[in-house]
Amino acid sequence: MSGTFVGMPAFPKAAHEAVHNTTLRGNLRHATHTIRGKRAKAVMEMSDWAELRDAGKRIKDHTLRHLDRYLVQLEESVTAAGGTVHWAADADEANRIVTYLVKATGESEVVKVKSMATQEIGLNEALEAEDIHAYETDLAELIVQLGKDRPSHILVPAIHRNRGEIRDIFAREMSEWGRPAPEGLTDSPAELAEAARLHLREKFLRAKVGVSGANFMVADTGTLVVVESEGNGRMCLTLPETLISVVGIEKIVPTWQDLEVFLQTLPRSSTAERMNPYTSTWTGTTDSETADGPSTFHLVLIDNGRTDTLADEVGRQALRCIRCSACLNVCPVYERAGGHAYGSVYPGPIGAILSPQLRGTASEIDASLPYASSLCGACYEVCPVAIDIPEVLVHLRERVAQGGPATEKGNKVVLKPAKGHAAERAAMRAARWALSHPGALRTGQRLASRTRRLHPRTLPGPGKAWSASRDLPAVPAEPFRDWWQRTNGGRTNGGKQEGTK
Amino acid sequence: MRVALFLTCVNDTLYPDTGRAVVKLLTRLGVDVDFPMGQTCCGQAHYNTGYRHEAEPLARQFSDVFREYEAIVTPSGSCGAMVRELYPRMGERARAEGRGDTLARTLAPVVPKTYELTEFLVDVLGVTDVGAYYPHTVTYHPTCHGLRGLGLGERPRRLLQAVKGLELRELPGADECCGFGGTFAVKNSDVSAAMGADKVRNAESTGADVLCAADNSCLMHIGGTMTRLRTGMRPVHIAEILASTEEEPLG
Repeated sequence: MSGTFVGMPAFPKAAHEAVHNTTLRGNLRHATHTIRGKRAKAVMEMSDWAELRDAGKRIKDHTLRHLDRYLVQLEESVTAAGGTVHWAADADEANRIVTYLVKATGESEVVKVKSMATQEIGLNEALEAEDIHAYETDLAELIVQLGKDRPSHILVPAIHRNRGEIRDIFAREMSEWGRPAPEGLTDSPAELAEAARLHLREKFLRAKVGVSGANFMVADTGTLVVVESEGNGRMCLTLPETLISVVGIEKIVPTWQDLEVFLQTLPRSSTAERMNPYTSTWTGTTDSETADGPSTFHLVLIDNGRTDTLADEVGRQALRCIRCSACLNVCPVYERAGGHAYGSVYPGPIGAILSPQLRGTASEIDASLPYASSLCGACYEVCPVAIDIPEVLVHLRERVAQGGPATEKGNKVVLKPAKGHAAERAAMRAARWALSHPGALRTGQRLASRTRRLHPRTLPGPGKAWSASRDLPAVPAEPFRDWWQRTNGGRTNGGKQEGTK
Repeated sequence: MRVALFLTCVNDTLYPDTGRAVVKLLTRLGVDVDFPMGQTCCGQAHYNTGYRHEAEPLARQFSDVFREYEAIVTPSGSCGAMVRELYPRMGERARAEGRGDTLARTLAPVVPKTYELTEFLVDVLGVTDVGAYYPHTVTYHPTCHGLRGLGLGERPRRLLQAVKGLELRELPGADECCGFGGTFAVKNSDVSAAMGADKVRNAESTGADVLCAADNSCLMHIGGTMTRLRTGMRPVHIAEILASTEEEPLG
C-alpha cells in the first residue's frame, strides 16, 4: 500500500497517542456519533433492509466465485465500448502503467476523483516522483492533501480535523497549490466550501487528464460507476480528454440490474442519505465532438493482494466490502484510536481485516491489527454486505499467533507464527492443560483463595496493563465448586459460604 | 427437567456469589439444578485470542460433561454465545480442514440446549416476574455477546422491570461496548480503559446505585474502573438481583 504508511508502529502504540489527544477524541466522537445516529434512521426507514443486505452479500459472493469469468467479460465490454484495459498485479505495476499513460498525453498534471484504490497503491507519490502533479478534488481529500496529512477515514478522510483547523490549512496552504484562499476566511462551512470551489474550479478547467477509481464495474455492459456528494467527481469524469480509472478487481457486479441493490444500501450506510447526490456512470469513450466525457479511456485493474485474499475461505468475505465506512462510524475502538493508528488507507474494523490480508501479517502494524477490536460485533451488525468482521479478526489472530496456511502472490505457503507470541502460546497451552483437568483448576483456585489476603491491588509486568486503570477483583474465600460440594448444592450447612466475604 | 448449571471458570473462581444466586433463583422457581463437577471452561478465551486448536479439547470436554442434561444454563452472555455461535463454527472449520465430522458431531448436542440465564427464565420457564425484591436504583448494561450474539433483546430488562422495589434507569449509549473484550483489555489497554471510563461516566450520569449486567467479565472491567475512579457505584450481576427477596436480600 501507500509508502506514506511504511514503518508504522504497532496499533496499541499508535492508539496510545490518539487516546490522550483530547481535540482528536472530541472531533471523532462528535463526527462518528452524528453519522451513526443518522445512518440508523436511514436504515430504519427500509422495511426490506435485511433482504437488501442479503441480496448484496449474495451478488458479491457469486461474483467473487466466478471472478475469472466476469473479469474477462468486463475486459471485452470495456474494449468494445472504446476503452483500453490494463492489468496490474501489484501497486508498483499499477503506478508504472498510470505514469506511462499520463506521460503519453504530454501532460504534467491530473485531477483526481476521490479513490481508495489510488490511495492504496500510493499513486500520487509515484506520479510526483515523475514530476506529475496530482490534484485531489474531493473536499476532504483536498484538506488532507493541503495539510500534508494522511487520510483517517474511508468516506471522510479529514474526519480528524475540525472547522478551525481546516480554515488554517486553507489560509496557509492554498496559495502554494494554486488560487489562494480569500482574505479574511472564517471557519463557516459555506465560506470554506466556497474557498475550495474557487480553488478547484481553476484545476477542473485546465485539466486534460482525470484519474478516478470506481465504486462498481458492470461486467456485461462495461460501465463504471462513481457515487459522490459534491459533483467534483463528475467534473473530473467529464471535462478532461483522457480518463484513467484505477479499480480493484473485486469491484465487479455482473449486470446493470445488480446496481439497484447497492445504490440503495451504499448511500444509506455511508452518508445516511436515501440517494447519493451524484451517480456518474460511463461506458468506454464518447466519439462525438459535442458530447461530454473523455475521448480516451483507460481502465487499470489492480490485484495487489486480492487474489491471495480470495484464496482464503474465511477471509475472502472482506472482498465483499463496498467501502461505505458504516463499520468505522459504529466502532468504539476507531472512535478512540482514530484512523491513523491503523497504519493504512483502510482504517477501522474493515481495515483491520483488509490490511493484514492485502499486505500480509509480516510487519509489526499488520500483525497487531487483528487485535485492534473488542469483538463487540457492532461492525458486523451494520455492514450492508454482512461481512462477519469479528469472525475474520479471530481467524487472522490465529494466523498471527499460530501461523498456518495462507496464499502469498499466488503461492500456497505455511506461515510461521509472528514474533513475540511465544510466551502467550505457552500460557494458553498451560491454561488449556489446567482447564482440561478439573482437579488442577481446583488446586489453583484453592491456592488463590488461601493467599487472597496477600494479593496486591496492582500488578507488576504485563499485568500492569490491567491494573494501571482498573482495580483487581477480590478473590473469594472459597470457589463455587468447593461451596457446592461442602453444602451439597446449598442443601446442607444452611448453604452459607465459608469464612467472610 | 434435568438442568445443569454451567457457571463458567471466571464465575467459579472469582464470583461464587453469582453461582449461589443462580442456584437460589432456579430452586425457588422449582427447577432441580445440578452442578457437574467435571466442568471447567468453554474455551472462549483461547478461541478469541487465536488459539482455536487449544479451544477444541475444552469444547469436547464441555460436551462430554453436559450432553446428557436437558438444558444447560449459564449466567454469562459471552460463554453462552461461545457454545451456541462458535461451537458450530469450530465444527465447520475442522470439516473444512479435512478432519472429518467428528468434532461437529461431538459438539452438536449441546448447542441448542445451552441457554443464557435470562433466556432460560423467559423462553423456557416462561416467567418475567421471578418474585424478586431489590430496593435500589439500577441501570442495565447489555453486554455485546448477549446483545448481538445471542440476541437477548428486552428479556433482561423485562425481568428487571418486574422486580419489586427496583427503579430502572436508562443507560445512555447502552449498546456501546464497555471495552473489556477478553485479552483486548490488556493487549490494547489504553483504548480499553478509555471505553471503560466512558461507560462508567454514562452509568454515573443515570444517578443509579448499581450497574447491572449479565456477564461478570464485563462487570469485572467496569467495576474495576468504578472503584479506581471512586464513583461509589457498584457492579452487580443480574442473577443476584433476581435471586434477592424480601426475606433474604442480596447484593
